Amino acid sequence: MNFPEDLKYTRDHEWCRVKGNRAIVGITEYAQDQLGDIVYVELPDLGDQVKKGEAFGVVESTKAVSEIFSPVTGKVVEVNDPLADSPETINEDPYEEGWMIQVEMASPKEVQELLDSAGYAKFVAEEQE
Amino acid sequence: MPQRTPLYDVHVRSAARMVDFAGWEMPVQYAGILEEHETVRSRVGLFDVSHMGEVVFRGPKALESLNRIFTNDLSRIVDGQAQYGCVCREDGGIVDDVVVYRRSAQDLLVCVNASNRAKDFDWMRQHAGGADVKNESDEWAQLALQGPLAAKVLGRLTRVDLSPIRSYRFTEGEVAGIPCIIARTGYTGEDGFELFCRSERGPELWAKLVEGGKPEGIQPCGLGARDSLRLEMAFRLYGSDMDDGTTPLEAGLAWVVKLDKGDFIGRQAMERQKAAGLSRKLVGFVLTDPGIPRHGYDVLQDGKKVGTVTSGTRSPSLKISIGLAYVPPPLAAEGSTFAVEIRGRAAAAKVVKTPFYARKAP
Repeated sequence: MNFPEDLKYTRDHEWCRVKGNRAIVGITEYAQDQLGDIVYVELPDLGDQVKKGEAFGVVESTKAVSEIFSPVTGKVVEVNDPLADSPETINEDPYEEGWMIQVEMASPKEVQELLDSAGYAKFVAEEQE
Repeated sequence: MPQRTPLYDVHVRSAARMVDFAGWEMPVQYAGILEEHETVRSRVGLFDVSHMGEVVFRGPKALESLNRIFTNDLSRIVDGQAQYGCVCREDGGIVDDVVVYRRSAQDLLVCVNASNRAKDFDWMRQHAGGADVKNESDEWAQLALQGPLAAKVLGRLTRVDLSPIRSYRFTEGEVAGIPCIIARTGYTGEDGFELFCRSERGPELWAKLVEGGKPEGIQPCGLGARDSLRLEMAFRLYGSDMDDGTTPLEAGLAWVVKLDKGDFIGRQAMERQKAAGLSRKLVGFVLTDPGIPRHGYDVLQDGKKVGTVTSGTRSPSLKISIGLAYVPPPLAAEGSTFAVEIRGRAAAAKVVKTPFYARKAP
């Protein structure tokens, strides 16, 4: 399974790509695979505050509802609106087209607490056992 | 320790995703729920439903005894015919919803829900009424071959003429050399068959069907697609849409309750309920706001809770959100509107005619 090296990861299976003060956030390939076909997404509004470790939205598969947790604290400055009409994009391309929100981080240092690619791969391997 | 069907090893070898369902380790999906769902609607899918139980009533009093604990009327069908109905408690609460296969008046096979195997057998034995009641659940494997091309696939694997086996009819015969009950029944709304064979021959029957169905693009399917397919037809699911605390009348199953057939367990309670009027009814609804209704969500009217969603999903065929819910009778008429509470938000819903999905003309 692919966990790109330039991303940071949470133990709740979100990823974030840091660009300066901004974090682009989505769910990992492992997460989308576990969820199965994603048929509905609920994301925050522009300007909403998100908090590290707290739910900011939900993804739903045919069978189940799952919350998505923010890897960082800050303000939502962009939302991937097209996902509302084509949630399957998250299954097809979780790290690029399937991104969910962009956050202007309140304290960029939080990122250091996240897992790197190797650490996340190890965590997933343990979870699968 | 979860229970396993005779097909367990086949599922694991095929890399199906396994989940716990009512104490059974079952495949929830093979290729993906949406793909499996679409394959059953357009071609043909194969399901392992061996977790379903089989209780057999035998002897001179078999039909009479079973009819005393069954809401539908087994005297109105002929040998080789199947009938859907409920088994009820004295108070009308549903013990289970079952399909009875009438092999003869002295030999009837009751197909029961996996989660109710033990409860049903205890109930049936207690109310055997002189019939010989045997739990054969572990002796049978059951495979469901479902979809518009099911008859084409099966026709190549058996010498049995399938054309006289109309809906809810069955016969016995060999499929790929394996003795089976061949029933034109199912839980998907499509044409199709349910095949019962000896447990130990289940894996072989599965393999022959998968191989034999290749020209039609047969797809092994899991419980995920089974659930979305049944919900598009508004087929009730025991444990979600009804249980010991609901009656068939409330669950919208009055059509399988024959109050005039003579006495049966639960009849008096249901006659009283019918005379007094129902306090709630199960209805089908579509969500007209964004969101997906789920089991257990509240039904609201003017901000107050008036009912409960029992099943809900995003319909893969219709691309809309559908569900079943118990609501007060004034809200049960087609076109009535109410709200479903989804994570604190009131999402608008409208009562519609069911089934949600209409089978495509062949």
